[in-house]
Amino acid sequence: MTSGTAALPSGGAKRRHDPNRLGHLSGGQGTSRASGHGTGGPAPKRIVVGYGFWLFILSDIVMFSAFFASYAVLHNGTDGGPDGRELFDLGNTAVETGCLLLSSFTCGLASLAVIVRRKLAFYAAMAVTGLLGATFIGLEANEFAGLVMKGDGPDRSAFLSSFFSLVGLHGIHVSIGLLWLLTMMAQVFAKGFRSDINRRVMCFALFWHALDIVWVALFTVVYLMGVLA
Amino acid sequence: MTDTASDDPSRHSDTAPGAEFGEEDVGEGFRAYVMGLALASLLTVASFITVKFHFVYAPAIPVALFTFAIAQMGVHLVFFLHITTGPDNINNSMALAFGVLIVFLLMGGSLWIMSHLNGNMQLMNPYMQMHEMHMQQASPDQPDQQLMPPLPPDRQPAGKAPQP
Repeated sequence: MTSGTAALPSGGAKRRHDPNRLGHLSGGQGTSRASGHGTGGPAPKRIVVGYGFWLFILSDIVMFSAFFASYAVLHNGTDGGPDGRELFDLGNTAVETGCLLLSSFTCGLASLAVIVRRKLAFYAAMAVTGLLGATFIGLEANEFAGLVMKGDGPDRSAFLSSFFSLVGLHGIHVSIGLLWLLTMMAQVFAKGFRSDINRRVMCFALFWHALDIVWVALFTVVYLMGVLA
Repeated sequence: MTDTASDDPSRHSDTAPGAEFGEEDVGEGFRAYVMGLALASLLTVASFITVKFHFVYAPAIPVALFTFAIAQMGVHLVFFLHITTGPDNINNSMALAFGVLIVFLLMGGSLWIMSHLNGNMQLMNPYMQMHEMHMQQASPDQPDQQLMPPLPPDRQPAGKAPQP
């Protein structure tokens, strides 16, 4: 698995008829290559790596769910302080959401650029992804700073403690994702589209898309429901 | 990307949109991302509009929000993360199912336990409310007032004589 194309699907024409090499078609096209189907043999490394990283993402989501649970339990504990309706600015949240959603899309474009081996398109898509992610972090930091300046920091009430922990945890994840993004751009620059680098880019894309899923839950539960309450 | 690919009747249907394609099928992958972006944007805008303009019956708004959020997570899983039940992907789906189980146990369990805890705390409430009422009535020039004033005669527990 050292050649450049080994980790990615190849042989388009055959794949189109029997993408998983099941050999179940009427013409008996292709031999079974899918893992767990007898003659298939071990799964390609791309599948194994993706599965392992998917397990990590799920455990990360379980951690997030603990923070969500504490927020759900504590969100009424305002201790006479401000609640979500007074603090949250939905316009800011909408811009943050748009940034993250668009960055998820451009991250997908970067994955496509890896498949067609176009370096320039890859750098451009990753750069836009990074800029949108940085905008998101900037808006969130601005919101946090504004809250702390008003005296509504995490020490104000149980509600604000759980709010800062939950949203801050997501922000830390996005920040780490930005560092990872820059690392992947540097690695592709230095080492090219090697199959191991391609798998790392795939893991980064999984991570970035998963963060967007967490943000969907977050803006729904924290911001939209908080403004309703 | 040719048009014959999608018209081909023998094409397998158990691959995620944009998950498995050769180099000549990148257009298909691009279309999958565009469709994912469009659906996700639609659901996001729907959530924000529901909150902003209150055109849904007010008590139903949280239900609508949860519906939009879960739908959008599904869109992300299918179009961006390419999670399917295809042969190469079945492990991912099983892991996802397990993850969802844990998340529901954790969140549902926490909310359930804590709401019961709150319910049990509220059993004391008639007495505590009365206690607070007495405390508020206490004037500031009586600092050594009893911490817990006696209950009125008509609320004494059975079997105890009223205090003189």
